[in-house]
Amino acid sequence: MATEATAPEIHGHRSLQHHFENMEQQREAGTLGMWVFLVTEIMFFGGMFLAYTLYRSLYPAAFASASNHLDITLGAVNTGVLILSSFTMAMAVYFTQIGKRRPQVLCLLLTLLLGLTFLGIKAVEYHDKYEDRLIPGRLIPGHSFNPQVQQEGQPVDPHKLHLLPGATVEKVEMFYWIYFAMTGMHALHMIIGAGLLTFLLIFSLKGRFDPEYHSPVEVIGLYWHFVDIVWIFLFPLLYLLGRHLEHG
Amino acid sequence: MRAIESFEVPAPPRVNYINAQYGLKSWLLTKDHKRIALLYLGSITFFFFIGGLYAMMIRLELLTPQGDLLQSTTYNKVFTQHGIIMIFFFLIPSIPATLGNFLIPMMIGAKDLAFPRINLLSWYIYLLGGVITIYALLAGGVDTGWTFYTPFSTTFSNSYVVATGLGIFINGFSSILTGLNFIVTIHTMRAPGMTWFRMPLFLWSHYATSLIMILGTPVIAITVLLLAFERLAGVGIFNPALGGDPVLFQHLFWFYSHPAVYIMVLPSMGVISELIANFSRKNIFGYSFVAFSSLAIAVFGFLVWGHHLFVTPQSVYAGMIFSFLSFAVAIPSAIKVFNWTATLYKSSISYDTPMLYALGFIGLFTVGGMTGLFLASLAVDVHLSDTYFVVAHFHYIMVGGALMGYLGGLHYWWPKISGRMYPEGWGRFSALVIFVGFNLTFLPQFVAGYLGMPRRYHAYPPEFQVFNVLSTAGASILGFGMLIPAIYFVWSMRYGKHAEANPWHLPGLEWRTQSPPPTENFEETPIVTWDAYEFAPREETEVVGKFGPELERI
Amino acid sequence: MQSWIPLVPESASSFSWKVDALYFYLSGVTLFFALLISGMVIFFVIRYRRRTPYEIPRPIAGSHKLETLWTVIPFIIAMTMFGWGARIYFEQYKPPANAIEVYVVGKQWMWKLQHATGQREINELHVPVGRKIKLIMTSEDVIHDFFVPAFRTKADVVPGRYTTLWFEPTKPGTYHLFCAEYCGMNHSGMTGSVIVMEPREFDNWLSGNTGSMTPATAGQQLYQTLGCASCHGANGEGGRGPTLAGAFGKMTPLQDGGSVRVDEPYIRESILNPQAKIVAGFGPIMPTFQGQVSEDQLVQLMAYIKSLQAGGQTTPATAASPAQSSSPANAPSPTRNIR
Repeated sequence: MATEATAPEIHGHRSLQHHFENMEQQREAGTLGMWVFLVTEIMFFGGMFLAYTLYRSLYPAAFASASNHLDITLGAVNTGVLILSSFTMAMAVYFTQIGKRRPQVLCLLLTLLLGLTFLGIKAVEYHDKYEDRLIPGRLIPGHSFNPQVQQEGQPVDPHKLHLLPGATVEKVEMFYWIYFAMTGMHALHMIIGAGLLTFLLIFSLKGRFDPEYHSPVEVIGLYWHFVDIVWIFLFPLLYLLGRHLEHG
Repeated sequence: MRAIESFEVPAPPRVNYINAQYGLKSWLLTKDHKRIALLYLGSITFFFFIGGLYAMMIRLELLTPQGDLLQSTTYNKVFTQHGIIMIFFFLIPSIPATLGNFLIPMMIGAKDLAFPRINLLSWYIYLLGGVITIYALLAGGVDTGWTFYTPFSTTFSNSYVVATGLGIFINGFSSILTGLNFIVTIHTMRAPGMTWFRMPLFLWSHYATSLIMILGTPVIAITVLLLAFERLAGVGIFNPALGGDPVLFQHLFWFYSHPAVYIMVLPSMGVISELIANFSRKNIFGYSFVAFSSLAIAVFGFLVWGHHLFVTPQSVYAGMIFSFLSFAVAIPSAIKVFNWTATLYKSSISYDTPMLYALGFIGLFTVGGMTGLFLASLAVDVHLSDTYFVVAHFHYIMVGGALMGYLGGLHYWWPKISGRMYPEGWGRFSALVIFVGFNLTFLPQFVAGYLGMPRRYHAYPPEFQVFNVLSTAGASILGFGMLIPAIYFVWSMRYGKHAEANPWHLPGLEWRTQSPPPTENFEETPIVTWDAYEFAPREETEVVGKFGPELERI
Repeated sequence: MQSWIPLVPESASSFSWKVDALYFYLSGVTLFFALLISGMVIFFVIRYRRRTPYEIPRPIAGSHKLETLWTVIPFIIAMTMFGWGARIYFEQYKPPANAIEVYVVGKQWMWKLQHATGQREINELHVPVGRKIKLIMTSEDVIHDFFVPAFRTKADVVPGRYTTLWFEPTKPGTYHLFCAEYCGMNHSGMTGSVIVMEPREFDNWLSGNTGSMTPATAGQQLYQTLGCASCHGANGEGGRGPTLAGAFGKMTPLQDGGSVRVDEPYIRESILNPQAKIVAGFGPIMPTFQGQVSEDQLVQLMAYIKSLQAGGQTTPATAASPAQSSSPANAPSPTRNIR
């Protein structure tokens, strides 16, 4: 494809698909398409947010106890990592639009690395939960949900679950199922995002993007920001709410 | 009265989208929306006849009260699979994926949908979902009812729930991608001069349908996914034994599945608007009211799901709000019916097959819609919910509404799609048979329902037998009527009369190109200077009776 | 088989004629509009049929007046339907105060019923005519639905909670009882009958069916065998656990600062998951009884706790049961003089 490179122009650009009249129309369609897709994503996560809201209000103590057991440091670091990656993604779009290739490649690479860092930290967190036997149900065969509960008067063990008054292990399991469903679905979106970024990086290295044709970067950027925003909601809802009950 | 003038149509060149390329590969890898529409047409017809087979089994079983033909386990699977196949694999894709796919780009003067590759992808996703579902049916079937109510589906059912759920989950993405494609296409691909208020009403209704597809389908996707995990991994958002709430499932399920009714019937309303206007050679009375009522249905349709839960432990006040909104959503449908009827006034009505379907639709949809009011009315719904009254009501909407529109549209655009005419005599005959058979099948069920016959009963008290015998008789007529078009459509592809570019003499954009159209639809991008259904110049517009003088823009 | 086809089922409860009246109103409106629309369509189709192949009628402008007319009129009609339906619904869902209580447990694929006076029935319910009957229902497995067409009422029976349904039979007879929510293999076999009897016959039926304990008495025994008495007191007067006598139906303050009404769902939750809502002033010391008590036994415990009224007073609904246990002074009500 790169061999038949011609000077970019509005009509007859090499990346113009046959059924569009011009690049403007093609770009508009691409961007609108992604926005519409993101609306479906909101509805997709919406079902889980609804379940979360319902059970949080039904079982506040159990949800607070379970939430307190999450690693707030790793969660906070991950939040920072994602916000930073959103910034580098925005810069990548900017450099594509003004046609600077080297910083564009660099920003895409940074975004990808930050995304992978997030996934790595998430994997560490999941592993901790696995060790503490907090994976709900039979999600992992032969390793069912069976956390140790901190008893009153015993030395504090960070691997044990401290139940607030009114909390039961059964409802904690409900929290962890919602936690794994939501963060798992989010992580799946991150993995897809990382794949898309890899694709962008390859095409960017090949010099496929220019100020006339940058909608793939822009559109995947939109997707990346969306995935970040989902996390911005997940972090306080899952990690922060109810923490004062333990420490306050 | 004026006489019709022949619209300018290019002379038919030999190359069209069907013969532009040959070979299986040219079909399976096509990005042409028209070919994809045909791929969909073939596959949904396949699913329609499977679903129809199940319907016949249900009706045969219910001929006698004892439940002697099928065992109860088999019967439960049969009605479940009838629902799943008909709803998810026939009705939801029926009009949008075939007629919508074929016509949306043509009606707005575009070369294709905005995302041709995604369009093809959506067909493959549909096919994958279908194959998995068929696998589930062959492996042993599923017996939860198409509603998958928990905790029966999660903990108690001993059938292929996860595989079926997976099929529906995957199929959902096909619907989402179709809706996404339509919305973007209608927004960005309109030909010069094709303003929003010049669009045929078919496009407005598909726009509204697409909104529901993209907003509702993700919710059923996540719900079915959670259901599958719950069954596989013993986790429990919906499981009362684990602190979950089984009624939450019903809320999530109906949040999609009620609007899904409008996914089925809105496109059909779009088809009916086309048929009524074009076969009476008249502009639609109150165009903008019909257009906006589609959007109103799409929006209000999302606010009424709770009327499926009037007999669950839902709060009484929630019930009242949902009841109120359910009555409100009936109004836009009523507006449509009145406007269609008013369009016929002082028009020139032809009795071609598509128009017969459209006229049948108006009657059947009126009955279907009005009986919906019985179910929106709280106290009456308490008595009627989960009885045959409900079954009759939604069949009036889905068969009397959605299917009639689909068949009418298929006849209407068949010359454009295939380049051949269907046999008119047989068409009229089968339309009549289907109308009679349909009413005989479902009218008695209203009475049986009010008398208290519960739905999903394999055996029933003998006093209900008379209604079931009538229903089964009607279903045989209906089934026979359905076979006739299936035969003559196939027959006409080879032996039908060649169709002209504009066999009905209509002004719509899709008729201003050859039949069948070339791959890129038009020789050159059309420039639109006329309104939808503009048979005569606007200066001749008549203001009716004392209802004036404020002229609505038509 | 009757020689004519009935259009409405038998009317046997105080709701029947109310629902029927609304149904006839709805049917009338439907018939009117269906005939109006089809009549107009048929008239236009004949009157304005195409006479010459190439004719073009004059276009007609829409009319805002007409549009307003056919928006407002259907809306007003719809609102009358809404208001009427909502009024009856509200009545159906407001359980009466002085009803005879019957406990219902649904399971695949049978109905288990128990009267407050102890009689157990399966797939049959005997009730006296002219008395308000309140069913307190739950399910052992999946969702069921208690449906009596002749009474024009139904309600879902949901595992993990209690739902109620009430009616007042007005005509003696035997009526269909259906399960209306699909519940699996033998769903259509989960049927039975409701037998409405004259009060005198009902009394005879009751006295012919003695032998089983009342739910409250059975609950009292369970209360002792499960060791509830050691914390809540021998007669529910309280101790290490909160007082039960007289608590039912009242608000009680909770440890976390909120408060809760002591009703069926709360008692159920407190037995199965004692830590969930702890009464203010008590520690989280109660063990869970999840898996140790069945739905039937929960119902019995609940009946016993309800019967424990402060100062020896009892509610009419459970009048007969404390007669054998805590409050001998109480006289049985006239319609249910057992033994």
